[in-house]
Amino acid sequence: MRIFSLAARRLAAALPALLIILAGLFLLLQLAPGDTVDALVAQMGGGDPSMIEQLRKHYALDQSTSVRLGDYLWRLVHLDLGQSAIYGKPVAAVILERLPATLLLMGSSLAIAFAAGMALGVVAARRVNRWPDTLISTLGLVFYATPSFWFGLMGIFVFAIYLGWLPAGGYSSVGAGLQGMAQVLDIAWHLVLPTLTLALIFLAIYLRIMRTSMLEVSNLDFVRTARAKGLTDTKVVTRHILRNALLPMVTLIGLQAGTMLGGSVVVESVFALPGLGRLAYESVVQRDLNTLLGVVFVSALLVIVINFIVDMLYARLDPRITAGR
Amino acid sequence: MSSAQNVSTAHATATKAVSTRDSILSLRGLTVELPPDADRRHALQNVSLDLEAGRILCVVGESGSGKSMTAGAILGLLPEHVNATAGEVFFQGRNLLALPDDELRSVRGAGIGMIFQEPMTALNPLRTIGDQIGEMFTTHTKLSKKEIEQRVLALLADVHLPSPEQAIRAYPHELSGGQRQRAMIAMALALEPAVLIADEPTTALDVTTQAQILHLIRDLQRRKGTAVLFITHDFGVVAEIADRVAVMQHGVLVEQGEVDAVLNHPVHPYTRALIAAVPPLLPPPARAVSQDIILDLQHVSKTYRSGGWRRRRVTHAVSDVSLSLPVGGTLGIVGESGSGKSTLARCIVRLLKIDQGQIDFQGVDLAKLGKRAQRTHTRDVQMVFQDPYGSLNPRKRVGELVAQGPIVHGVPREQAMARARELFELVGLDPQSLHRYPHEFSGGQRQRVGLARALALGPKILVADEPVSALDVSVQAQVLDLLARLRVQLGLSLLFITHDLRVAAQICDRIAVMKDGRVVETGTVAEVFGAPRHPYTQALLAAVPGRGWQPPAADRAAA
Amino acid sequence: MRDFLTRYRRNPAAVVGLFLLLGVIGLALTADLFFPRNPLSLAGRPLQWPFTNPNLWLGTDQTGRDIAAQIFHGARVSLVIGLIATVISIAIGVLVGALSGYYGGWLDDALMRVTEAFQILPNFLLLLVLVAVFGSTLPTVIVAIGVVSWPPAARLTRAEFMSLRNREFVEAGRTLGLRDARLIFQEILPNALPPVIVYASVIMSVAILLESALAFLNLSDPNVPSWGNLIGGGRGVLRVQWYVSAIPGVAILCTVLGVSLVGQGVNDALNPRLRHR
Repeated sequence: MRIFSLAARRLAAALPALLIILAGLFLLLQLAPGDTVDALVAQMGGGDPSMIEQLRKHYALDQSTSVRLGDYLWRLVHLDLGQSAIYGKPVAAVILERLPATLLLMGSSLAIAFAAGMALGVVAARRVNRWPDTLISTLGLVFYATPSFWFGLMGIFVFAIYLGWLPAGGYSSVGAGLQGMAQVLDIAWHLVLPTLTLALIFLAIYLRIMRTSMLEVSNLDFVRTARAKGLTDTKVVTRHILRNALLPMVTLIGLQAGTMLGGSVVVESVFALPGLGRLAYESVVQRDLNTLLGVVFVSALLVIVINFIVDMLYARLDPRITAGR
Repeated sequence: MSSAQNVSTAHATATKAVSTRDSILSLRGLTVELPPDADRRHALQNVSLDLEAGRILCVVGESGSGKSMTAGAILGLLPEHVNATAGEVFFQGRNLLALPDDELRSVRGAGIGMIFQEPMTALNPLRTIGDQIGEMFTTHTKLSKKEIEQRVLALLADVHLPSPEQAIRAYPHELSGGQRQRAMIAMALALEPAVLIADEPTTALDVTTQAQILHLIRDLQRRKGTAVLFITHDFGVVAEIADRVAVMQHGVLVEQGEVDAVLNHPVHPYTRALIAAVPPLLPPPARAVSQDIILDLQHVSKTYRSGGWRRRRVTHAVSDVSLSLPVGGTLGIVGESGSGKSTLARCIVRLLKIDQGQIDFQGVDLAKLGKRAQRTHTRDVQMVFQDPYGSLNPRKRVGELVAQGPIVHGVPREQAMARARELFELVGLDPQSLHRYPHEFSGGQRQRVGLARALALGPKILVADEPVSALDVSVQAQVLDLLARLRVQLGLSLLFITHDLRVAAQICDRIAVMKDGRVVETGTVAEVFGAPRHPYTQALLAAVPGRGWQPPAADRAAA
Repeated sequence: MRDFLTRYRRNPAAVVGLFLLLGVIGLALTADLFFPRNPLSLAGRPLQWPFTNPNLWLGTDQTGRDIAAQIFHGARVSLVIGLIATVISIAIGVLVGALSGYYGGWLDDALMRVTEAFQILPNFLLLLVLVAVFGSTLPTVIVAIGVVSWPPAARLTRAEFMSLRNREFVEAGRTLGLRDARLIFQEILPNALPPVIVYASVIMSVAILLESALAFLNLSDPNVPSWGNLIGGGRGVLRVQWYVSAIPGVAILCTVLGVSLVGQGVNDALNPRLRHR
């Protein structure tokens, strides 16, 4: 219960930040050259002034900025994200359609990056400064320095074009009409390359943090105590070092949540996945500012929720947090 | 006997196996080398000592003496790249240095137990006490969970931890420092080892807690017949519990013998110098102090409020304190951690704002001054800090640091640097070294720089917050002497904050004892030390280790 | 200083990084020497393979522009973007962090809310928004990247200031009568900066990667020979002329690798006690 109230308090503390984001973005977008109506008109191929005037009225774009901001925030509270000019549907609906793909991509990337990063970091720390460590650390650094979109393209080239093992893009095999398990496997097949691409950079980060964390914890006093009790090296690592070293890693998940969402924009574009990231890109290009705002709002919410879960997890792992003194 | 003959006699005594009783742990010619880039070659050189069954051997030395390395070397717990290169460690007939890893592991904990200095960091913060003590049993025995729990409860009761059933499920941060150390002792003695190695286990504890832990160790040791290798830098502790003593300097064992012999008739010059530097608990004859008051604190209070929005947690750091400092006199403020003495010091130099009360300095209430007046008055009250490593900006040259104060107050640079040179001479530092950086000086020298800095503005009152607590005992004596000399030479009134009663006895004229933010007793040094009235003061004095021992005064003048 | 250089020299990874970085800088400096013409002008037939034409070492891209020229000039672009964006980032971050860490209280609360706002928002999305609003010219992109990257520097500076604020040498400064501004800039900042400076290499790596991602998506300045632009352009011909995308990617990889290794090397050389790890 303590854990929950603690995390809830942190959540409440994030609300002002959210407000700042939304207000800031809304005001920022007022500076954008051209608005929704301009985009619509451009799509329609031009229109006469009176019709443009009417459209503006329809979209309530003729009111003053502060009124519109208030109106916007009020509607947000009701989760009404407005209408998408391009898709002709409520923004909320469009976002909801695109959400699963992004969540799936992020979830699996995170899982792989964390698990592999943890494992490799432990190995590197155990064999510090010897060849496994040098190899792993160097690979990590190379992965970190690789632009994700480039890796994706090269991955497509090697595995899809050259070797033909994996699909070059898309979410599922079009027109195959697969159901149930077959469909799940098909989607999984399509997600292999994108997931690996997105996971790559974060794997490098987790690896480095885990290695550093393990090395730092190894030098703490209680590890010496554990050795003085006669525990074997393996036991010292598993029962004393590992759990303590994981703490910074858990924090990192929360900190990297936003970056991962950003990364998904690029990965989804490279692999033509129908996710939030690509939606954001499209709405920038097509000047659909409502949708862009909507995506940003949902992204921020997503990051806040992830941080909430991370806080709960951290409090579970570290009893000093709930001591709350 | 000449000094040189003393050395060789002591050395001969030290290297021979003198004891007639059975040795349960013997070090023979132990040599430990440091990695090539360290400041010296050897951590330990040719160290031979014997620990007899059922007795307490104290290994005493200053920092860098290698005493902690000795403990680490025995169990093979040396830091990376530090190795034992010669010698043997005999335990129950086997040479521990030659044992294969798994056999050495079975000795650790079961044959030889170990406790460390910092109980907070020596226990894993993420696991319960019961879990960690139980680990001793799971590693070395095949007892069932239930049996282990019974044993752990019994152990916790043995070390007098209140409510063992709660303690067993508690995490380290939920216990106090003293309680954590008790838990560590319980853990080390869980398997009834023949030897207990204690590496400065009470250094991080308060005086009263230290007394309890020392008592506990001695009590357990007698009951279970454990031999104890107790490492410390404090001769008072040695006087309190040791049966035998070994003195180390720079990795070499310089003297070894029964406690009576070494403490009261030390042979080696280094031992004699060390013992001479220990301040006796008996205060020197009182000197004449003026009746005029230069600083008068009236009902000073400082309260901290914390705990989120409603600020529920209230801590009375300083509560209704009234003290007076006579002109040219030294007022000592003694107390343990949490007594509020450091907070009070910072209130006096206005690093902290007080919530109530007055600080009267020659008719001016310092607490009520505006910003500008405050800056003028900083010249009158200055502070010397505790940490020689943290109190000097590592990126500034020492000359710069000392001259900074006057420069900020409008003194031209040339003049300020000249003053800095004078001050360096005054505090016993080479005036040519103004251009050096702090890291080029030793701890004691850095404290002198801090002193010079404080004196640069020509203050009338000097507040010294534990100025010698972080120094080795021989250096401590030098800095105290310096302070004593300067206060007379410059006519300073000194406010001396410390937790060390021996130090307070030597340098203070009057003493105020603080506990939980309040002053519980004041008086002249002779009154407070000779006939304490408040129960807390009595408890504090009773807790000073080795209070019954008077360091031989003969060599004090020579030292 | 000499110690620092010796320690740096002994670290093989750091030396490799230095060579890589110097190599990239070399490319940038000699770009005008080897390729005096506008790198975005037509140089020959499109899609020629590398090493087939002695005048065009690395071939041509899908519009017929010299790839090697774009690589050399692109080095200049990447380094400039990286440096300026990093400077902007650190300037904002250190200022916010210093004020926040030193004064605490309501100023800290307010500034931290703003920092959090920036950190909750995925920085690439914010970058997209800024580009959508303010356009894609190079100066705009550089400033946008700087604006998006300052929060970690702020947090780092704040943490340093909060720990240094209570150190005794700062207290000593206050008892001597030093004013706040002097304490912040002359006493604390020189001690707080080293970790931040080392972190600058991370910011620079991220800045270069961010710009190239933006360019890849055609949202950066198209009139600038950015490596990301090349990769994006080569996407359409990936099937056969994969080198158009591959080569600039390797260039980015080497640059970011060089910057990271140098940064890490500097960090390790400044903290010698970590050397034995």
